[in-house]
Amino acid sequence: MTSTAVVPDGTVDAAIPLPYLVRHRLRETADTVTLDLVPLGEALPRYRPGQFSMLYAFGIGEIPVSVSAIAPGGDALAHTVRAVGKVSEAICRLRPGEVIGVRGPFGNDWALGIRPLEDDDPVTPLGTAPGEDLVVMAGGLGLSPLRPVVLQALSQPGAYGWLTVLVGARSPQELVHRTDLTQWHALGEAKITVDRAEPGWTGAVGLVTDQLRHAVFRPERTTAFVCGPEPMMRASAEALLLRGVAPGRIRLSLERNMRCATAWCGHCQLGQVLVCRDGPVFTWEQAAGLLAVHEL
Amino acid sequence: MAPDTGAPQSAPAADARPRELAQEDLQALFDVLTTRGWTVVGPTERDGAVVLAQLDSAAELPYGVGVALAPGGYRLRRRQDRAAFAHSAGPQSWKTFLHPERARMWQADRDEEGAVTFTPETEETAPTPRYALFGVHPCDLAAIARQDRVLVGGAFRDPVYAPRREAAFVVAVACGEPGELCFCASVGTGPGLREDAPCDLAVHEIADRDGVRLLISAHSPRGAEVLADPALPLHEPHPELGERARCQTEAAEQRMGRELEAEGLRDVLAETLDSPVWDEVASRCLTCGNCTLVCPTCFCTTTEDTTDLTGDHAERWRRWDSCFDLDFSYVHGGSVRTSGKSRYRQWLTHKLGTWHDQFGSSGCVGCGRCIVWCPVGIDLTVEAARLRGEAGASEEGPS
Repeated sequence: MTSTAVVPDGTVDAAIPLPYLVRHRLRETADTVTLDLVPLGEALPRYRPGQFSMLYAFGIGEIPVSVSAIAPGGDALAHTVRAVGKVSEAICRLRPGEVIGVRGPFGNDWALGIRPLEDDDPVTPLGTAPGEDLVVMAGGLGLSPLRPVVLQALSQPGAYGWLTVLVGARSPQELVHRTDLTQWHALGEAKITVDRAEPGWTGAVGLVTDQLRHAVFRPERTTAFVCGPEPMMRASAEALLLRGVAPGRIRLSLERNMRCATAWCGHCQLGQVLVCRDGPVFTWEQAAGLLAVHEL
Repeated sequence: MAPDTGAPQSAPAADARPRELAQEDLQALFDVLTTRGWTVVGPTERDGAVVLAQLDSAAELPYGVGVALAPGGYRLRRRQDRAAFAHSAGPQSWKTFLHPERARMWQADRDEEGAVTFTPETEETAPTPRYALFGVHPCDLAAIARQDRVLVGGAFRDPVYAPRREAAFVVAVACGEPGELCFCASVGTGPGLREDAPCDLAVHEIADRDGVRLLISAHSPRGAEVLADPALPLHEPHPELGERARCQTEAAEQRMGRELEAEGLRDVLAETLDSPVWDEVASRCLTCGNCTLVCPTCFCTTTEDTTDLTGDHAERWRRWDSCFDLDFSYVHGGSVRTSGKSRYRQWLTHKLGTWHDQFGSSGCVGCGRCIVWCPVGIDLTVEAARLRGEAGASEEGPS
C-alpha cells in the first residue's frame, strides 16, 4: 500500500479541530456549496491535491471532505459539500463570517506519495513522468477532489502532455464548478456530458465513459484520475483498461465512513486497507479486488 | 518503523533472578504498588463471574475460583486449591482500563461573536489514571500489544490510550489453567510468559500441597524497582519452584480446549469471501456485537458530538463501536454492509486475516471470549476450519 500521509506529528493534535473562517460561500447547485476557508489562528499543515479534511459543524458532527482547492502559497482551502445528512446540511448552511472546525490534512494524495526527491528529479507534482498525458474522469461531486488536479496541470502546462477532463452529471443542474468547466471547455480540455438533458442544454448526453472513446491520449503514457460514485468509477476503470491504460496507471479516490481519520476507529476498513490511512487514493491495481466483492 | 508504544521496554532488569512470594504476602505487593501511586485493578468474583475491577486489597482476588466454559456458557466452579489466577478469560478485558468505552476527546465553546475555541483534555479536566494491571494472562498481554500497534504504533498517537498505557504497570501471570475454549498455544501467545514478555513483573502462580507460591521476575527497570522495595517479603525461590513453573506451562499447553490453525489463515480468508459458509454462519449470528465487546483486541470506536442546553458549549465524546452495528459502514445513501453475513464476514476476516495487512499480525490472541459470550455459541475456530476446508488450502505437509 501507499505510504502514510505526512502528518502533524505532535505539533498539531490531529484529534482536535482548528477554527477556520468561512470567507466565501458559492452555491454550486440546489444542494451543494463550495466554502473557502481561512485559518482564524494557527493553520493546518499544507494540503496536497487528493487529501481530505474532517469538517466539524459546531455541536452537530463531523464529516470527511476532500479538499477542492488549495490556495497557492497560502493557507486558504476550499471544500465542496453536498447536503445529504445532518452534518453536511449544517455545513452547507454556514455563511461567510461563520466558523467551522477543520482537522487535516489526512490521507495520501493523487500523486500516491510519488514525489521528486531532488529539484531536478523528473517527477511532476501529480506523481507522473514529465510530458505524460492526463485523463481526468469525474462523476457528479467527484469533480471536487479532482479540481486541484486539473488546476495543478493547467498551472504547469509544460510538465504534462495532453490533458483530457471528462465530466458527467445526472443533469445540467447538477454540474459543479461551472466557472472552471466553462474555462476548461474553452481551452478545449474538458468534455461535459449529462445523463438527462434539459431545455437549453446543447452539450453531450450520455455516460462519462462514452466520452472516453473520443478522447485523444497515449495509453502507455497516460495517468488517469477518477472520482465519482463507485459504479461510475468501476465503469471508467474498465473503459480505460479497454483503451490500453495499465491498472497501475489508473488512480481512484474511495469513500467510506470515517470517524477519526487517524486510523484508530476502524470505520473506513475496506478489506485489507484503511481508507483514511492507505488512501483515499488507490490505483485500480489495488482497488479492483476491493470493489469487486459485494458489501466488503 | 519502530512503534513508540510507551510500553515497558523489555531491557533486562538489573536483577532478573526470579524471587518467591508467598500468596499470603500478596497484600505487601499491593501496598508497594499503591504507595508508588498505582491504582490496582485485577480479577475479583462478582455476580457469578470473575470480573476486572479496582481492588482495595489482595483479599478481593478470586482465591480458589475456577471457571467452566462452553460455547455460549460461563459458570464459576470451586477449585481444590486457593489459586487466585487459575481462571480463564472473563467477560471483560484490560481494554476497559486502557481504551475506555467512553471518553471525552475535547470541548468547544462559542462566544457571542460566534468565535469558537477548542479545548483539549488536560491533566486537570481528565487526569490520567495510573493503573497497575494485576494478573494479566499471556493472551491478554498479547492483546495489549495488538492495541498498542493500532492506537500508538501508527502515524498518530491516541490521546486517550497513550497516556494510560504509558502510566500502566503490568503484572503478567503465566496461565496454568487454560479453559475449555482457549487456544493461545496454537496462535503463539501463551500459555507461558517468554523472557522478553512486555510487562513489568512476570509471575508464575504454583499451587500444590505446599500451598500457593508466586515466582516473580522483573521484566522492566520499573518492575525491578518495585521488587527491590524492602517492604516486600521476597525470598530466594525454593530450588524446585522454577522447574514446577516450567512443568505447569508445558502441561497447560497440552490442555487447550480449542485449536486454531493459524498458518496461512490470512490467505484462506482472502480466498473465501464468496463462500456459502458465510451465509450459514449468518443464519445463526444475531449480529449482537457481543464478540466485539468482549474481544480484547477489538478497538473500533465512534464519535458523539453533543451540546448543552445553551447550544454554545459542545463536546466530542468517543465510545466503543462494533462492526456488527448497521450504522458502522454508513455512507450517504446507505450502509455498505447491510447483510448480517457481510458484517460477520467483516469481523472474522478482519480479526484473522486483514489485520495482518493493516497492522502486521493476527488480531486474535486465542483467549476464547468471543466463543464464550456469543449467545448462540458461534465458535470462530470451527468457522475458520470450515473456511480452510472450502479454500482447499489445507497444508499438505506430512501427517
